[in-house]
Amino acid sequence: MKRLLNEIRESVLISLNAINSNKVRSSLATLGIVIGITTVTILQTAIEGINRAFEKSIASVGADVLYVQKFEWFGRDDWEAIRNRPDINWQQYEYLVRNIQGAESVCPTVATGSTVTYKDLSSENVFIFGTTDEYQKTLGLEVSEGRFFTGRESDAAFPVCVIGHDIKESFFGNTDPIGKTIQISGYNFRVIGTYDKMGSMLGLFSLDNRIIIPIYVFFKIFGTRRSLTINIKAPSIEAIDDTREEVRAIMKRARKIPPGEKDDFGVNQQEAFRQTYESLTGLIKTIGTSITLLSLIVGSIGIANIMFVSVKERTREIGIRKAIGAKRSTILLQFLTESVGICLMGGIIGLIIAFPLSLLIDKLLLPTVMPLWVIFLALFISASAGIIAGFFPAWTASKLDPVEALRYE
Amino acid sequence: MNEIIKTADIVKKYIMGSEELYALNGVSLTIKKNEYVAVMGPSGSGKSTLMNIIGCLDTPTSGTYELAGQNVSELDDSKLASVRNKQIGFVFQTFNLLPRSNALHNVELPLIYAGVSKSERIQRAKEALEKVGLADRMMHKPNELSGGQRQRVAIARALVNNPSIILADEPTGNLDSKTGEEIMELFDSLHKLGNTIILVTHEDFIAEHAERIIRLRDGKIESDTLKQINKTIET
Ligand SMILES: Nc1ncnc2c1ncn2[C@@H]1O[C@H](COP(=O)(O)OP(=O)(O)OP(=O)(O)O)[C@@H](O)[C@H]1O
Ligand SMILES: [Mg+2]
Repeated sequence: MKRLLNEIRESVLISLNAINSNKVRSSLATLGIVIGITTVTILQTAIEGINRAFEKSIASVGADVLYVQKFEWFGRDDWEAIRNRPDINWQQYEYLVRNIQGAESVCPTVATGSTVTYKDLSSENVFIFGTTDEYQKTLGLEVSEGRFFTGRESDAAFPVCVIGHDIKESFFGNTDPIGKTIQISGYNFRVIGTYDKMGSMLGLFSLDNRIIIPIYVFFKIFGTRRSLTINIKAPSIEAIDDTREEVRAIMKRARKIPPGEKDDFGVNQQEAFRQTYESLTGLIKTIGTSITLLSLIVGSIGIANIMFVSVKERTREIGIRKAIGAKRSTILLQFLTESVGICLMGGIIGLIIAFPLSLLIDKLLLPTVMPLWVIFLALFISASAGIIAGFFPAWTASKLDPVEALRYE
Repeated sequence: MNEIIKTADIVKKYIMGSEELYALNGVSLTIKKNEYVAVMGPSGSGKSTLMNIIGCLDTPTSGTYELAGQNVSELDDSKLASVRNKQIGFVFQTFNLLPRSNALHNVELPLIYAGVSKSERIQRAKEALEKVGLADRMMHKPNELSGGQRQRVAIARALVNNPSIILADEPTGNLDSKTGEEIMELFDSLHKLGNTIILVTHEDFIAEHAERIIRLRDGKIESDTLKQINKTIET
């Protein structure tokens, strides 16, 4: 045991020494590993980032939620045929609420852009979102500070609001927004709650830039002409198909469409987003894995190559070490350590490159997150590449005949 | 158990194309503890081959070799490595130090492979370097040392693990005669301290230091002379 520890320590020292005295060669040899580790790291941070963004974004909530709207999200009818569809109005919402059996909860939403001011700060085109107190329950989104408005506040059209993360940041910075008064389209509203950051998932909607107010207040300020979205939470994911059929039937009656005629509304579902999301991460995975594998293979061949050179150059050293008592396993360990060392160096360089790159990608393209396990994964992969690439050269070194090796010039 | 080396009919055969070359052709000899032996003979007579076999760096084609009562021919690679590590101290003509390591580390190396703890290793390596008169050169790398000093480092390395025998293949071959003489004085003192020493040389004045001279010719022992009693042992 002691012997093994000694040998490992000695191997590490020898490797550091060898790498140090061949800096350029070792660095060039690691190029493939560097590229491999950079891609695998960026790939994982991107997937992790997308996953987290998806989990947080509104798209992740409500796999069991249906959205009744004027249009289908992924409809195939051309615009001419559908643009004259009648709005979804309050009567239809009430009709639906009255008749539906298989629903956990139902809430209407309506939205518009408006100017919001706080003290001397002002922001145009903020997404103002009117709904009822059922919203929270339907979408399952918890406020992070304060609270959502109550049924009483909703019904009695209290001028209160819950604000998204970006709104909170731009108006209040680090100060507490709860209880403050902001103006929406000139009307005073008291802030009663805020949401955590969700991030925008590839253009999917999020609450970050949103202000939620009671729907009756919305109607008073902005009128009732806008088409509603009705959110319906099914009792369970399994029941969602039944619920959708029931909703369609009720909406057809509400909108007076004879049975057998085509719907003039959409019953939408987040599932479609989930599919887009899954195909996106799948694509990143496939491309990234191929680049990673390819560069790791090329990289390993490069490492194996310089390890052979290194063994050749140090034939005499191997002879000396054997003459004074190094076993085959000792020599094997020594060269494996060296090749793992070179690959780990490549891995660390890869990580150092990947880190700012993933921040850049986060800014420009996709959300990325670098968790600790990605770092360990990268190091594990580079160490494995080192073992695989170094094994054959190290094996050759360990099999050298000491007499021959000592005679080598 | 006074006989430390006992070989019987050792043959080392090389096959070069269609020719067979006998580097050693039936060598039987016995060497006792604390003997001081010089091996001489013309170039190509098999001196280095014999030393390599005695030092367990090489294995004979046939014949048996017992080192300190153990039949070495039966040992596997890892056991042989351990024998080289603990029982044999090798000194080479070309020093064979690790060029990138300082004197201390070079001397420490056998102890690393023996699994000796760091503090003890440093302690013993320093002692060995002091013994060869290099206490003030421990941190020097081989290329910062003279030939004689390098050979002293090599001798310190050979000594450090207290081996049963010290084997030196032309240890003065790369040194001028004055430095060579100094190295030989070092061997003499090691011998007086109780070490068993076998060295190969071409020079009579070097061989003079030994008590016994074995001459090889064409892979066979030509003569085996004990100096004190000045008589030839039959081979
Ligand atoms: N690996 C080898 N393959 C073929 N022949 C070899 C090999 N090693 C040694 N020999 C031959 O064996 C014979 C003995 O060699 P050895 O090195 O033992 O001679 P030596 O007595 O040490 O000579 P020198 O005084 O020149 O060092 C030589 O003829 C040499 O050519
Ligand atoms: Mg020789």
